[in-house]
Amino acid sequence: MSAGVTSRPTGAATPVGSPAGRSVLEIAGLCVSVRGEDGEREVVSDLSLTLKRGETLCIAGESGSGKSMTALAIMQLLPQPAARISSGMIQLGEIDLATLNERQMQRIRGDRIAMIFQEPMTSLNPVLSIGRQLTESIEAHTNLSSAEARRRAIEALTAVRISEAESRLKQFPHELSGGMRQRVMIAMALALKPDVLIADEPTTALDVTVQGEVLELLRDLQREHGTSVILITHDMGVVAEMADRVIVMRHGRMVEEGKVADIFARPQADYTRELLAAVPRIGAGVGRRKSAEAERPGSVAVLNDLHVHFDLRGGFFGQVNRRVHAVEGVSFSIAPHETLALVGESGCGKSTTAKALAGLVPYQGDIVIGGRNLAGLGRDERKAVRRDVQMIFQDPYASLDPRMRVGDLVAEPLLIHGIASKQERRERVATLFERVGLSADQMELYPHEFSGGQRQRICIARALALRPKLIIADESVSALDVSVQARVLDLLKELQREFGIAYLFISHDMAVVENISDRVAVMYLGQIVEMGTRDQVFSNPRHPYTKRLIEAVPVPDPAKRRPRFARLDQEIPSSARKIGETPSKLVLQDLGNGHLVAVS
Amino acid sequence: MTNPIAPDLPATGRMPIKPRAGVWRRLVKRPLALLGLVIIAIVVAGALLAPWLTGYDPNEQMFDGLTLEGAPLPPDAKFWLGTDLLGRDLLTRILYGARTSLIIGIVANGVALLIGTLVGVAAGYYRGWIGSALMRFTDLMMAFPALLLAICLAAVLQPSLWIVAMAIALVNWVQTARVIYTETSSLSEREFIDAERTIGAGAPRILFRHILPHLLPTIIVWGTLGISTTVLLEATLSYLGIGVQPPTASWGNIIFENQTYFQAAPWLVFFPGAAILALALAFNLIGDALRDILDPTQRGRA
Repeated sequence: MSAGVTSRPTGAATPVGSPAGRSVLEIAGLCVSVRGEDGEREVVSDLSLTLKRGETLCIAGESGSGKSMTALAIMQLLPQPAARISSGMIQLGEIDLATLNERQMQRIRGDRIAMIFQEPMTSLNPVLSIGRQLTESIEAHTNLSSAEARRRAIEALTAVRISEAESRLKQFPHELSGGMRQRVMIAMALALKPDVLIADEPTTALDVTVQGEVLELLRDLQREHGTSVILITHDMGVVAEMADRVIVMRHGRMVEEGKVADIFARPQADYTRELLAAVPRIGAGVGRRKSAEAERPGSVAVLNDLHVHFDLRGGFFGQVNRRVHAVEGVSFSIAPHETLALVGESGCGKSTTAKALAGLVPYQGDIVIGGRNLAGLGRDERKAVRRDVQMIFQDPYASLDPRMRVGDLVAEPLLIHGIASKQERRERVATLFERVGLSADQMELYPHEFSGGQRQRICIARALALRPKLIIADESVSALDVSVQARVLDLLKELQREFGIAYLFISHDMAVVENISDRVAVMYLGQIVEMGTRDQVFSNPRHPYTKRLIEAVPVPDPAKRRPRFARLDQEIPSSARKIGETPSKLVLQDLGNGHLVAVS
Repeated sequence: MTNPIAPDLPATGRMPIKPRAGVWRRLVKRPLALLGLVIIAIVVAGALLAPWLTGYDPNEQMFDGLTLEGAPLPPDAKFWLGTDLLGRDLLTRILYGARTSLIIGIVANGVALLIGTLVGVAAGYYRGWIGSALMRFTDLMMAFPALLLAICLAAVLQPSLWIVAMAIALVNWVQTARVIYTETSSLSEREFIDAERTIGAGAPRILFRHILPHLLPTIIVWGTLGISTTVLLEATLSYLGIGVQPPTASWGNIIFENQTYFQAAPWLVFFPGAAILALALAFNLIGDALRDILDPTQRGRA
């Protein structure tokens, strides 16, 4: 079974893959170790790879697989002083990067190897204009005059299809959208025409439609310049879309290496097979009940014409001058046992809707939970009604108080609502722990002692403690590795079968949504543009925005690689408006069987 | 289940139950913290047992305490740490002065810390007009010279040790309040506070169970830093004649009384100065250790 693993080539003497093309970068026997409290630990072990000219090599793997450490080792940017290259060589042309000192390496970085990072906001300096940052990096590596450097910068920005490049030079990173910032990063990386571009999760922080564009841009630029790209990603869809060759890593070791078509069609290693099986795919939503909830007796929660506004203050006296229409007249209902997915891209108001339902932001309109309208209730009654609605947040690292034991955290909802004695509480928490797949002895531990998937299980146990009728899952699996994500989704489905809980499942990931939802509502700029059963929305999307969302998802199959992504002609407009200006309300039209689509 | 890939079980490798060993037991296991405890124990014992530790009266001006020219005596076998300008035994004065300085350092500083924390937490959690009002008041207090304020307070109220302690507390809380305010407002934006609200937690629970524990490190650091500040502020007030009234000894006023003779009789400044330094250091060492011990994320990391 694992023949593919053991036959992995080691050492520089063995050329990898077909001999076509000159190799630009060769890594042989690379080991990276990190010093921790309990001695040194190898995070990359005996990694060898060859990168040919003009090739895209994807390094795929889950968190902790050592893929990012490999990238940092190539750039000689390993976190100091804890991490170091313990052995191996990194050959760029004639130079072994592992032997260079910092000064020599500075000349290589940017000039011959460039890198782009996951989060373009944090990798750009917020207090310098993008023009300044671009020209600085050009001037550092060339003898160009500042006027010539500026011309190069404009060229680079035009190459990444930023309109009005010249005036953009004066802008600061916060004035650009996430996709724009990532394009600026790519412009910066490619301005000096490096031999190798390392892209570490370049699209993970971006919305799916923007991701498509950025990937296409990378592909085009690579064709034009013949740059070799090492693309590091956890997303097998992106791998299928981009890679020529793939390396699958796990626990710091290469598990499998091969051409992209072979990896997807005939994975050799067990791990690769499992990884591919865990990837959510659109069109694989099997085993869900047929949407028979059309009659929907006794909804768990009903939202009617919900509005949430945030005031923006500005001017000398801090008066309200603009208003963000985060949620603008959203209405839907959720039946028991049902999963309603709320999808859309960042800033569309899906999380704000969830927060209003959970009582975290003030709202206008009606929220009816279990037949009782929250608007007419006093504080204590509202608290009692809200018991039926619990929430699981996106980031399991941030949503648990790091200074409390997890057992106490799970028991806390019971304590707050005065349910059960101390002894009973302990027993109930122990049962909950076992129900979500943890062991009861782990109750005494603190959140940081768990992995991401385990923490999300703790959050689920906590949400379950009050036996709610509705659980809001706000991007609850987005931060997890695909294999963990698949198991957490399975757990959520099991719990729904067992307790009849309804879910409001908020996500930007269409493939995940397709796998878990009964009904889907698509949001855009604070309003619902399309709503219907899963089959209606996915097999027959009617609104152009829904269509684009579905098309933009990279398909984890290299055979279905799209020639071009639909180009976004403009930035998504902001939902902030001047006072007195209200967005026009979309009218939803029923196309039959409850398939609602906004008509313009 | 379908995908038993990397089992998402052991994150750290060890999962046994770790009962929280007593804070005290873990404190004394750290050599530096133990050193701090020993220093504080010595100072407290010295203050309490002063009458038995020394044969002199702290305020007695001895005839053999000065040279024939009237200069203070350097340390010798009779006066271990020498004598001061008026021929009083320095060791005795430092021992008795420890009483004053401990009360100032602990009580005044403790009250300042308490006020600062309450104001800071309230302003940081209840933003809106309550928070604005509290913070503007804090800014006002900050802008006002602390010394002037303390002088006013001490002058209006009859000077005594406790009044001085209160005056110091009333000017010293502002910095703490500022720092705590900033931390509280960023803490209350954290997601786990939102998570608490969704399970129905009210303000008292969120403040005491979820925000205060995170502020402990800051409070401890400010508390230990404040000890030397308050001891010295008391000395300044004594020097200006509104602190602890002479001839009552405090470490601060020993230094101020004798500072002009620093070159002729350096021991007069050196010994009380060293005492202040040792006390502040001791609290710092304990504070550092406490911060680590009380932070669960500092333990059991892989």
